[in-house]
Amino acid sequence: MSSVFRIILQRIALGVLTLFIVSIVIFTAVNMLPGDFAQAILGQAATPEAIAAIRQDLGLDQPPVSRYITWLAGAVQGDLGSSFAQANFASFVGESTGGGEVTVATQIAPRFANTMFLAGVTACIAVPFSIFLGVLAALYRNSAFDKAANVFTLSSISSPEFFLAYVLILFLAVLNPVLPSLSNIYEGMGFGERLQKTLLPALTLTLVVTAHMMRMTRAAIINLLASPYIEMARLKGISPLRVIVRHALPNALAPIINVVALNLAYLITGVVVVEVVFVYPGIGQLFVDGVKNRDIPLVQACCLIFAAAYILLNLTADIMSLLSNPRLRHPK
Amino acid sequence: MVQISRRSLLKTGAAASVLAATGLPLRAEAKRGGTLRLGLAGANTSDTWDGRTHSDTYMIMCAFGAVFDCMTEVSASGELIGELAESWEASADAKTWTFKLRQGVTFHNGKAFGADDVIESLNMHTAEGSKSAAKPIVAAISEIKKVSDHEVVFTLESGNADFPFLLADYHLLMYPAGQIDEAIAKGIGTGMYKVEAFDPGVRTLLSRVDSHYKDGKAGWFDQIEVIAINDASARMNALMTGQVDAVNRVDYKTEALLKANPNVNIFEVTGNRHFTFPMLTALDPFSNLKVRQALKHAINREEMVQKILLGHGSVANDHPIGPANQYYAADLPQNSYDPDKAKALLKEAGLEGLSVDLSASSAAFAGAVDAAQLYQASAKAAGVNINVVQEPADGYWSNVWLKKPWCASYWSGRATEDWMFSSAYASGAPWNDTGWENARFQELLLTARAELDSSKRRDMYTEMQMLCSTNGGSVIPMYANYVDAHSTKLTNSGTIGNSFQMDGSRFIERWWFA
Repeated sequence: MSSVFRIILQRIALGVLTLFIVSIVIFTAVNMLPGDFAQAILGQAATPEAIAAIRQDLGLDQPPVSRYITWLAGAVQGDLGSSFAQANFASFVGESTGGGEVTVATQIAPRFANTMFLAGVTACIAVPFSIFLGVLAALYRNSAFDKAANVFTLSSISSPEFFLAYVLILFLAVLNPVLPSLSNIYEGMGFGERLQKTLLPALTLTLVVTAHMMRMTRAAIINLLASPYIEMARLKGISPLRVIVRHALPNALAPIINVVALNLAYLITGVVVVEVVFVYPGIGQLFVDGVKNRDIPLVQACCLIFAAAYILLNLTADIMSLLSNPRLRHPK
Repeated sequence: MVQISRRSLLKTGAAASVLAATGLPLRAEAKRGGTLRLGLAGANTSDTWDGRTHSDTYMIMCAFGAVFDCMTEVSASGELIGELAESWEASADAKTWTFKLRQGVTFHNGKAFGADDVIESLNMHTAEGSKSAAKPIVAAISEIKKVSDHEVVFTLESGNADFPFLLADYHLLMYPAGQIDEAIAKGIGTGMYKVEAFDPGVRTLLSRVDSHYKDGKAGWFDQIEVIAINDASARMNALMTGQVDAVNRVDYKTEALLKANPNVNIFEVTGNRHFTFPMLTALDPFSNLKVRQALKHAINREEMVQKILLGHGSVANDHPIGPANQYYAADLPQNSYDPDKAKALLKEAGLEGLSVDLSASSAAFAGAVDAAQLYQASAKAAGVNINVVQEPADGYWSNVWLKKPWCASYWSGRATEDWMFSSAYASGAPWNDTGWENARFQELLLTARAELDSSKRRDMYTEMQMLCSTNGGSVIPMYANYVDAHSTKLTNSGTIGNSFQMDGSRFIERWWFA
């Protein structure tokens, strides 16, 4: 067990290193965005003095390296800084605007929770659905069902998300008004209503991620079906379904877990388009707003969260597949 | 009283059917009740209740249109009426203005409204380093004196007959004195609706106050839910599927689908918003009047309205005063597309086969690059070679506008002639985007500002519009309409304000469930 522990520690250390490198990339990329916040907020009314005042106020006149170190030091301690757009511009709008300082963390927290809720609902639908579909496709491989499932999932993954979203809206909201096309959830909304409003974006995302997971399940199982121990099981006279579920599936778990984790990460980081189409107040919309306003701390924090989610889920997948494989668990 | 004009009657199906059924023009009785759900574009996560920062529809509708009040209000039919001010009068030179304030008005937190609130709320805009767009209005006041709790006297630096009109500006909201910070944080005003929940860039929930001085005249809904829907397709969908009752900024591309829906009405008004092509008149060849005139005759305005605005606009005449202004001169001779005349003018100037650069970007207005290319094509027939330079949208206002010799731009227009001319046409104004200077224009600007006699002002403003049209440095091809849509469940008095989108941004107060 100690070797597993060591491997896990190694992976975590690697994850932290990756995150550190990603933070440098994020900082550099965001700072290379054309235009700057002061000009974005002042628009047509920008005067050189006002721009200089804002830049000084926000520390944008400091050299990039020292800004990066300040930001990283804060982020490590959980302080993602203050949003530019919500900052208290006492120096150039006159007296204080009140309401206290809005930190990036307080701005992101509710939006991130919403995104996680959407990802959770989607995962609850998509993961069982695609594994089930994958198992069936493997069981009846090359049948009409297998082909139909493949065509359906592959064509949905090949269509752009907004197109899928509009197709669903057309059929489920406009022609047969069973679900709302507007997912404007808010704090204090009942769970049932929230779930109903989240269903359409969740279905869209399900269509996007199903193909990947379903095809991987199918391939992994079919791959195993050719191995001798499956043949043995068949010779024992076990039913094909039991062969797959009891004997093939546990051994196919590692690749399946990997692909599931990858898709879950996508559900958190890739929802921007779906959130905009359904007006879902998640982190993706906040991110778009942040980029539009050149709100650097907000954009950086969102990127960092996306990167962390990706790394964390991949790490989990690694560890899970490690644990699901006895050979890796007990290396000689 | 409110009149039903023929045009607006045709636009409200409900009124039309009543009319058809009875054969009599009837005004539907307004009735209280219901929750209005609005889906509005123009929302941002950086929105606050600070009027100084407002620039887009979402917050203007919520703050100016529901939660807060101004001193004065532009009614749906375009007259100036009192909002928190009850009456006002000017001295003969239009320099001293005495305002009587409404009595018995309270803020949502119970504080009584009075003269101190007016003084503090206005001074917010001129505080050190303020970037309020209304700063020039307040800066022109040299003194605000409190006579009593319900009377204030404004002394202006120079006479301004439009002063009461300027106080209807959507930035000049009235906040409770001494509690302005709190009022901005929570949204505490004197309006007909108070804030129940406010999630910037997502959703605002408002509820009707129990009693208000506008009772019986406005404020028919019990509750208002304003949902931020910046995506055009999502907004149209929400209205089509009945999840909201009204939306702003109808997407021209899907307009036909909205029109086909029997439960939806599109309402459209021409306001002051106009698209411009300002030339820097200090530079060659634009310093030559004949060149400016030739370019004004080398543009096909009708085509531009049809192709860029898809018909949702009307032809403009190279001056910035629009149909929502008091002294709009509709009967000036129209600058029209006339390639031969343009050619002749260039020949007189000795500049046949003129070649000029025109900078454009989508930042100027939607379709600006296409508009520049249309202009290029129409100018070719006049022997002018326009070279369209596509500029990046980022930094357009700082790097192109006011800097490149000729570019695309837009103006939302201003409530008064003087304000519009002073912002962008007066010599020396920082936003004079043509650098145009005209002695007669300048003289009229100052005289008209202090003139209280309405018919004399009309003459002067007409002459000024004429000067812009024939001599000015901006090619102004069109006014862009405000195109919004509502569910047929809603109705109004029959008159739709054109000072801004969504019934002058007062949709919440003026409409009701039929």
